[in-house]
Amino acid sequence: MAIRTFVLLVLFLSSMNLSFSLYEDQVGLMDWHQKYIGKVKHAVFHTQKAGRKRVVVSTEHNVIASLDLRHGDIYWRHVLGADDAIDGIDITLGKYVITLSSGGSILRAWNLPDGQLVWESVLKGSKPSKTMLIVPTSFRVDKENLILAFAEGCLHAVSSVDGEIIWRKDFAAESLDVQQVIQAPGEETIHVLGYLESFQFHAYQINSRKGDEIKHVTVDFPGGFSGDTLLVSGDVLVALDATRSILLTIFFQDGEINFRKTQISSLVDDSHGVVEILPSKLADMFALKTNKFLVLARVTDGGKVELVEKIKEAAALSDAISLSESQQAFALVRHENEKLHFVVKPVHDWNMDLLKEAIKIDNHRGRVHKVFINNYIRTDRSHGFRALIVMEDHSLSLIQQGEMVWCREDGLASVIDVTTSELPVEKDGVSVSKVEQNLFEWLKGHILKLKGTLMLASPEDVAAIQKMRLKSSEKSKMTRDHNGFRKLLIVLTGAGKVFALHTGDGRIVWSLLLQSLRKSEKCDYPTGLRIYPWQVPHHHALDENPSVLVVGRCGPSDDAPGLLSFIDAYTGQELNYLVPVHSVVQVIPLPFTDSTEQRLHLLVDANQRAHLYPRSPEALSIFRPEISNIYWYSVEADNGIIRGHVSKGSCSYNEEDEYCFDPKDLWSVVLPAESEKIVAMGTRKINEVVHTQAKVIADQDVMYKYISRNLLFLATTAPKGSGEIGSATPEESWLVVYLIDTITGRILHRMTHQGSQAPVRAVFSENWVVYHYFNLRAHRYEMSVVEIYDQSRADNKDVLKLVVGKHNLTSPVSSYSRPEVIAKSQSYFFTHSVKAITVTSTAKGITSKQLLIGTIGDQVLALDKRYLDPRRTINPTQAEKEEGIIPLTDSLPIIPQSYVTHALKVEGLRGIVTVPAKLESTTLVFTYGVDLFFTRLAPSRTYDSLTEDFSYALLLLTIAALIVAIFVTWIWSERKELQEKWR
Amino acid sequence: MEGDKAWRILRAMVLLLVTASHPHSARAFESDELVLEQEDDLGAIGGGIDPLSPPRSRKRYPDNHAADSDSKIQFPLEHAFGDSDFSPAGTFSARLKTWSHGPQTLTKLRFSRNALTEVDKEKFQKLLQEDDFYRIRLPSNVLSPPGRDYIVSSIKARCLPRDGLDEHFVIHMDGVNILAVNYGSPGACPYPRQLKLPAKWSFNSHTVLKNSEQAPRTPVFTEEVSIGENGEVEVVKPPERSFWAKYWMYAIPLGLIVMNAVTQAMNMPPEEQAGGQSASQPQQGASTAQRGPTAVRRR
Repeated sequence: MAIRTFVLLVLFLSSMNLSFSLYEDQVGLMDWHQKYIGKVKHAVFHTQKAGRKRVVVSTEHNVIASLDLRHGDIYWRHVLGADDAIDGIDITLGKYVITLSSGGSILRAWNLPDGQLVWESVLKGSKPSKTMLIVPTSFRVDKENLILAFAEGCLHAVSSVDGEIIWRKDFAAESLDVQQVIQAPGEETIHVLGYLESFQFHAYQINSRKGDEIKHVTVDFPGGFSGDTLLVSGDVLVALDATRSILLTIFFQDGEINFRKTQISSLVDDSHGVVEILPSKLADMFALKTNKFLVLARVTDGGKVELVEKIKEAAALSDAISLSESQQAFALVRHENEKLHFVVKPVHDWNMDLLKEAIKIDNHRGRVHKVFINNYIRTDRSHGFRALIVMEDHSLSLIQQGEMVWCREDGLASVIDVTTSELPVEKDGVSVSKVEQNLFEWLKGHILKLKGTLMLASPEDVAAIQKMRLKSSEKSKMTRDHNGFRKLLIVLTGAGKVFALHTGDGRIVWSLLLQSLRKSEKCDYPTGLRIYPWQVPHHHALDENPSVLVVGRCGPSDDAPGLLSFIDAYTGQELNYLVPVHSVVQVIPLPFTDSTEQRLHLLVDANQRAHLYPRSPEALSIFRPEISNIYWYSVEADNGIIRGHVSKGSCSYNEEDEYCFDPKDLWSVVLPAESEKIVAMGTRKINEVVHTQAKVIADQDVMYKYISRNLLFLATTAPKGSGEIGSATPEESWLVVYLIDTITGRILHRMTHQGSQAPVRAVFSENWVVYHYFNLRAHRYEMSVVEIYDQSRADNKDVLKLVVGKHNLTSPVSSYSRPEVIAKSQSYFFTHSVKAITVTSTAKGITSKQLLIGTIGDQVLALDKRYLDPRRTINPTQAEKEEGIIPLTDSLPIIPQSYVTHALKVEGLRGIVTVPAKLESTTLVFTYGVDLFFTRLAPSRTYDSLTEDFSYALLLLTIAALIVAIFVTWIWSERKELQEKWR
Repeated sequence: MEGDKAWRILRAMVLLLVTASHPHSARAFESDELVLEQEDDLGAIGGGIDPLSPPRSRKRYPDNHAADSDSKIQFPLEHAFGDSDFSPAGTFSARLKTWSHGPQTLTKLRFSRNALTEVDKEKFQKLLQEDDFYRIRLPSNVLSPPGRDYIVSSIKARCLPRDGLDEHFVIHMDGVNILAVNYGSPGACPYPRQLKLPAKWSFNSHTVLKNSEQAPRTPVFTEEVSIGENGEVEVVKPPERSFWAKYWMYAIPLGLIVMNAVTQAMNMPPEEQAGGQSASQPQQGASTAQRGPTAVRRR
C-alpha cells in the first residue's frame, strides 16, 4: 500500500517537474543575475610580469575576489561565511593569495589564477587581540618562506608552501598587548612590540627560524599609551599618549628603546577634539586626523617631528609604494567641485608632484573613502600610476591616465530594502525608448525564428536567434507594458544610496546618494531603514511622477531621531527631506489618498505617538473622521509585551502640532519572561489580494478562510532555545506559536511544539502561516503550516438561503465579534536550513501559490503550497485527489528542477521580494544578497498568454499556405469541371 | 502489515478508553503516543464554574498523578470606563494545584462580579452614547499580582448590551501566568454598532480558561520500503490502459481520413459537388485562423 502511494507520488512528482523546469536556452531570457563584492577593505595588486593584470580585494561583506584590472570583471570570487570576517590579505610566492580571517583564527591560501583553495590552517590562541598578517616580499622560492600571523595573542610562523605551522609563541600569557610585528626584508630577526597595561613598552627580538627569543627590553612610560601605533620606518614607531595630546616617537634600534615626546599643539595650533593616527603607511611620514585637518608630519633623522602639510578638505591617503630602491611615493585624493584631484607625491619631497590629475566624477558618489595605488612603467620609461578608489557609496573605480577606466557599483551588495514603481505610460509621439526596431528587422527576426522552429536553421542562425531573444529591446523599454513585466525596482543600500533598476535587464536607470542620509551636524550616524511607495498616481499617471519615501534614523537605537526623504521615482531627484524628525519605529500606510493621490501615512514614534503625513490640512480632514477606526500595535521584543493602541486625540506634549496623536492602550499580551522569548513575527503583506474567501473541499462542501488583515503571527521559544542549535536539550526547549488579532488583542490560536527551537522563519499569507524551525527530538528542520477557517460563515452553504438572501456574506466583518475559528495544522520535515522565506503574489490572487525559500546554499527554491496543506492524509479519497491533495509524506520534497535560480547562486542571500505583474499568472521575484537576481515566475504556468517564443511567422505562413491551397484547388476544380463539361 | 494496523487500532482504542476524554483524539492518522500527548484543554463554557483542565501538557504525565497540594487563590478584575482609572469590578477565585513534578495550574475558576453602582451605570451609559471603550484588566501573575504588567483588554461598550450585559472571557494561561484575555460579547457585534441600552444593569459572565494546545507531531513513516508478506518487494505497476485509451489520438484522424476517402469515392460520379465543397471548407478554416492571432496579440 505504502509503495503504491509512493509510486503514485513519484508519478505525480514527475508530472510536476514539467511545470517548474526551464530549458537551457531559456536562461537569461527573463532573468538576470548581477555579481557584486561589497565595499573594499584591502586591495593587493598583482601586475608584475603577469599576463593578466589583476587586483585581489577583500571586502566588508567577507568576499575575497580577484578583479580584472582592465575591465573590472570578476575573475574569481569567494564569499566567506557571515562570521568569517577578513582581517588581512596578501600575495605570497607570486602565486598564492593569503587571507587571515575569523578574528585571526583561520589562515588560508588560494591559488591566484583560479581561486582554488590551496591550504587552510587553523591558528589557535588564547584570547582575542589585534590581528596582523606579515608576508615576506622576497620572491626566492628556494628559501623557506614563512608567513607571520599574529592572532589571539599568539605569533604563528606558517610555511607558505603547505600551511604547516612551524612555530608559535604565546604573548597572551604575559598579558602583552602586541601592537606591531616587524620583519625587515632579508633579516633573520622579528621585532614584536607592544604595551603591558598600557604604560610599559616591551620590545622582543625573535629568531625567525625557530621562534626563540633573542632579546627582550622594557621601558616604562608613565604617561600611558592610547590607541593604535604606526610604524613610520624600519625602527621608528609613533603612538599617542593617554591624553591624546602628546605624540610619542619610539626608537627601538639595536635593542634600545628611546622615547621622544612632541606636543601635538606644537604641530597644529588649534587642534581640538580627538586626535587619531591614520593607518596609512607612508615611509618616514605619518598622518594625523583632527576634527578639522588632516595633518601630515615627517620624522627626521634626528628624531624630530616636523609638520609637512595641513589639509583642510576631506582627503584620502594611500600607503606608500616603492618605485625604486630609494624612491617611494604615495597618493593623495581629494574631492572638490565634482572633480577628483589625484596627486602622487614622492615621500621625501612634498613640493614635487609625480603625477597630478583631475578627473571628472559625477556627484552621486560622495567622498573618497579609500585609495590603493599601483605603479607601472610607461612606454616612455617613466613611472605611471593607477589607483583604485573606494567612494562613499561603496563603488570601486580604477583611474589611470586622467580618466576613470571602470567603475563597479558595489553598493548594490548591501541592499536594505526594495520597493517597485511602475514605468511611465507610453505617450503618443514621445517614445521614451531609444531603440525601436523597424518593420524589416521585425520580419527578419520572425523569419529566423521560423527557420528555427522548422529546424532549418544553421548553427549561426541558432546563435543569432538566441542573441536576439536575449537582447530583445522589448523587455528593456522605458515604458509601461501591457503585462506589467517592466517595472522599476527601487533599492535602498547600506551606503545611503538609492538605485532604480530596470526589471528587464537589471541596468541602473538612476542612482542618488541621499544628502539626508549623509553625515551632518544634525545627524551623526544616519542609517537607512526602509523604503515605501509614497505616491502612486493612477488618474494622473500621465502628468505626475510617482515618488518613494525613504525612512532612516540618526543613530543605532530605536528612539534616535528619524529622517525622511522623498524621491521622484522617474527622475531620481530628492523632492524634499525632513531631518531630523521624531523617532520612527513603525510606518503604517493608510488606505486613504488625498486629491494628488498621495497616500496618507502614520509614522509611529518610540513613545507610540502617531504622526500623520503628508502634513497638509487636506490630509488632516481625510484622517479626522476615520481616527476611531485606526489601530496599531507595538511589540517590545526584549520585554515580551505586545500592546495595542488607538488614537486618543492630539498630542499633549505639543498642542500646536495637530498632526500628532497620542496613543491610548487598548490591550496587552504579557508573555511570561521565564518561559517565552519572542523570536519571530509575521504579518500579511499589506497589498496582498485574496481572490476568494471560500474554499471548495472534496465532498462539495465549502470552508471559509478566516481572512483578516489584522493578524499577527508570533513565535516564542524558551529563553534557552533561542540560542544556537544544540545549546538546549529537547526537554528544556519549546516553541510556542500564536495568532493574535491586533485590533482586540485576542489570541485566536496558540500551539506548542515540544523540543523545538529557534531560528524561526515565517511567512503569512491569506489565511495560512508557514514557519520553519528546528526539531531537537528529530534532529531535523521542520516546516509547519497553520490554516485558520471562519466557522461563523460556515452555515452559508445552503443554496436556498443564498437565493433568498439570508446569509451573512455581505455583512461587514467586525473584529469585536467573537471569532469562531478553527485552525488546522500539520508539520513536515525539511532538509535545508532557511535564510529567507516568502510567497509568490499575483495581481488577483487566483493563481496557486508557491513558497520561495532561500536555502543555505544561497539558492531560491520554489515549493508548491499544496505540499504544505494541513489536510493531507496518507490515503486521500478519490474526491480529495481530484481536489489536488497530495498523499501525506513526512518530509517535503526538494525537486532540483524547482530551483528558480537554476544554476546560479545569489551569494550571501538576505531577502526575497515578490511583486505581482499585471498578468495574473505571473509574479516577479527579486532576490538580493551580495548578488542580485531577478526572474519571472508562473506558479501554475502561463495559462493566460502565449509564450514569448511563439512563432507568429509560422502562423502567418500556415494561413498563407492555406489560402494558396484554396486558390489552387479552386482552379483545379474549375478546370476539371470544364473538362467534364467538354467530355 | 494488516496485523500491525489492527494492533495499532486496538492500542489506540485502549488508550482512548484510558484517557477517555477527547473528541479530537480519534483522528484519521495519529500515532498512538499522540493520544497521551494531546491533552489540549478547552474549559467548557458555563456560567462561571469550570471543570478545568489537566496540567500543562508540556510535561508528559497523565491526569491521575497525585497533586501535592491544593490552595485557594483569588485575583481581581478591574475595569475602566473610557479614559478613567481602573477600579475593582469583580474577583476570580480558583484552586491552585501544585503538581509533584513542579508546575502549578489553576482549576475550578469561579468569577463573581460586583454589582454596578449608580455612578458606574452613568459612566457606562456615557460610554454607550460615545461608542467608547470599556476596558478591563487582570494581573499577569495570579500568585503575585500584578506580575510584570497588567493584562489589558477592551471592547466597544456598544457590543455588550443584550438583555443584560453579556460578557465573555477567554483567559490564556501558562502555569500561573496569564498571557492574554480575549474579552468581548459572546456573540457577534455587527458594524455599524447601534446604540442600545440594556434592560438589566447586571453582567452575565462566561469564563473559559485556555492552555496551549500541542502541535500535531510530524508523521514519521518507517515502513517506507515495506516488504511484502513473502519477503518480496511488492511492485505496483501502473494500471494497463486499454488500446483505445492509448491510441485514440492516432485512431481518430485515421478514421476521419478513411471516412473522407469513402465519401469521396462515393461522390465520384457527381464531381461538381466535391469540387464545390473542397473550395468552401478551407475558406472557413482560414477565416477563423486569421482571427486567432489578433486575439492572441491583444494580451
